[in-house]
Amino acid sequence: MSPAPVPARKLRVATTSLAGCFGCHMSFLDIDEHLFELVELIEFDRSPLTDIKDVGPCDIGLIEGGVCNAENVHVLREFRRHCKTLIALGACAVNGGLPAQRNHLPLSECLREVYQFRPGLENGQIPNDPELPLPLDKVRPIHEVVRIDYFLPGCPPSGPAIWKFLTDLIAGRTPRLAGGLLHYD
Amino acid sequence: MSALPATPTDALDGILQRHGHYPTELLQILIEAQDLEGWLPAPTLTHIAQALHIPRSRVEGVAGFYSFLYTQPVGRYRVLFSDNITDRMLGNAELMDALCRKLWIEPGKLSEDGLVSIATTSCTGLCDQGPGMLVNGRAIGQLTHRRINEIAEMIRQQRPLDLWPAEYFQISDNIRRKDSLLNLDMKPGAALSAVVEMGREGWLREVQTSNLRGRGGAGFATAVKWASARNASGEPKVIVCNADEGEPGTFKDRVLLNSYADLVFEGMTLAAWAVGASEGFLYLRGEYRYLLPQLEAVLARRREAGLLGRHILHEPCFDFDIRIHLGAGAYVCGEETALIESLEGKRGTPRIRPPFPVTKGYLGRPTVVNNVETLAKTCLIALGGGEAFAASGTAQSAGTKLLSISGDCAEPGIYEYPFGVPIARILEDCGASDTQAVQVGGAAGVCLAGYEFQRRIAYEDVPTAGAFMIFDGTRDLFDVARAFVHFFAHESCGFCTPCRVGTSLLQGFMDKLADGHGAKADLADIDWLDRLLKNASHCGLGSAAPNPVIDTLQKFRPAYERRLVSLDFEPAFDLDAALAEARQLTARDDPGAHLQTHEEEEK
Repeated sequence: MSPAPVPARKLRVATTSLAGCFGCHMSFLDIDEHLFELVELIEFDRSPLTDIKDVGPCDIGLIEGGVCNAENVHVLREFRRHCKTLIALGACAVNGGLPAQRNHLPLSECLREVYQFRPGLENGQIPNDPELPLPLDKVRPIHEVVRIDYFLPGCPPSGPAIWKFLTDLIAGRTPRLAGGLLHYD
Repeated sequence: MSALPATPTDALDGILQRHGHYPTELLQILIEAQDLEGWLPAPTLTHIAQALHIPRSRVEGVAGFYSFLYTQPVGRYRVLFSDNITDRMLGNAELMDALCRKLWIEPGKLSEDGLVSIATTSCTGLCDQGPGMLVNGRAIGQLTHRRINEIAEMIRQQRPLDLWPAEYFQISDNIRRKDSLLNLDMKPGAALSAVVEMGREGWLREVQTSNLRGRGGAGFATAVKWASARNASGEPKVIVCNADEGEPGTFKDRVLLNSYADLVFEGMTLAAWAVGASEGFLYLRGEYRYLLPQLEAVLARRREAGLLGRHILHEPCFDFDIRIHLGAGAYVCGEETALIESLEGKRGTPRIRPPFPVTKGYLGRPTVVNNVETLAKTCLIALGGGEAFAASGTAQSAGTKLLSISGDCAEPGIYEYPFGVPIARILEDCGASDTQAVQVGGAAGVCLAGYEFQRRIAYEDVPTAGAFMIFDGTRDLFDVARAFVHFFAHESCGFCTPCRVGTSLLQGFMDKLADGHGAKADLADIDWLDRLLKNASHCGLGSAAPNPVIDTLQKFRPAYERRLVSLDFEPAFDLDAALAEARQLTARDDPGAHLQTHEEEEK
């Protein structure tokens, strides 16, 4: 794919991981030397790469991970409010992924198993500090909580897939992953 | 429920014997085997697989495909409420609820004593006398609270169905307007004598002259179909009458089979003469099983009269007989290649075409599949000639059409009109007033709004297999579309992903709107799903599934928009409620333990 034409101004991009493993972010770094091209085209807002804590007005938001607790909901809504284009990045954001495997169990069973009945625990109790976000009864794909513009599947999507997707987007082409770049595992 | 038999019964072996241990008879064997105990226990499936020398997975695959085959225990009284939109408009939900309460059971569950189970089923073809139900396969129409009370009492007393009041099982024809076909009073064999006189070629020419087109909806030229099968190689050739009348709102075939069976069977024999076929099947939908005894009697009478069997009418090379094959509750089997799969004893999964059935159909042989009404119409051509037939109707749609009229009108029933009749004329004849919309052609058909009532029933304008459902000003067209979407999601055969997943996603969106969680974004997603279903599905079921939504979104958009609670996006579930369990577990009720469900409120 030809390199993207340089836009008039740098696009502002924010990224975050909700109920994810940061694997998609690691895969993002796998675009390797393209990172140098990328920073010519974009600048980062809130992202683990910048350590900016609050998202500001952005062109593009990349969300890794599904929605498993109340804080995820707040962050996701912040991103939706501030990003013109919001992208579900990777299997967990698209489908709920691995964390959603708890969905066929009642939440109470999960928490009791971990905090009360695990062998070796004494007087264990479910944490109830107000600082902790409460878990939702089910882990949700992000498109069930806010409107999502694009979906980039894969666990994780490969570096080349992310590069192709972003360069399409930056160049104004509807992102389209052909053949080997599109996979769900 | 009785205990499982330790060894498969002699009765089961008798059934297998009667069907010659042919795997192609698997569906018929399963239907009969189920009659033994009301359902199909695992040992029965195993025994059938062994006896037919086929994998058990295939037996289970077939048993699991058809709605009327049960691999889990069901009640000794199996009550199925017909759930077409017309049944809903007549209050079937309330009646089902009443019966469940009287018998102390939940819908879809078996009562603890195994006495009764109650559930819904797709349209049973009683829309002109609904709400309808099937009890152990026997149809009861015109349900009222009084009837429901009596039925509850009789079930509680375990009264055998044969001792239930006979009028319960009386299904009326409700013929309201007759034209050439329904006025035809033919002596059995008269049409056959005429075509034997013409010779096979001469008869085929008459059919060609008549411009007869298929009455199942697609409108393919009958003479072309017959000639293709006649010219195809492979013997013996097969004539199939498609009586799997599953399109919601259609019941004309029910009436033809009930009161004009001779015309239908004679039409099949006329087709056999033209094609050179020797084997015939009537594929009867499971919902019409109650017609089976009388249809078998008609066949027996025709055999005795020399109108079926060897040397029909003493013609040396005219051998043809007809067997009735039962369906078991699968709408997709109305699609001709799915029907053929089902005839072969398999799951009703549509085939890839070409090859078309006329060259490779039942067991790979040339096969003609015609609609019940099409075949009956050929008698008119045999007796009156092709030219006379072509003279009525319109340029591209010769002859008459039977319409099954139901919904909001004074006189629902069967109306026969020459093609070209305007919608407005039909509405006037059946006593409809304040009509808001008409769904022509069933769930897969087209929804017409008031400004289209001057359009005409004809292949060149509004084609139809015969369903004509009327909705007056009190009806909500969103509910109508949603009912049809549920129907398609239920009836999707599951073979291709676009249809299997697409119909259930579409159902999810319609339910989201119905539950008051709809947002503008959902309408865009619905549009996208509609296109996907239309373009990517394997067969007509999937590509027709979005039709009710496409039409109503275009013509009754406010019915959707008034359900939207947000112009942006809205989750389908209550976010704050999703935290309730965690709140309870942690005994927290601080502000951080809550979420506003509407994002706008959270600032």
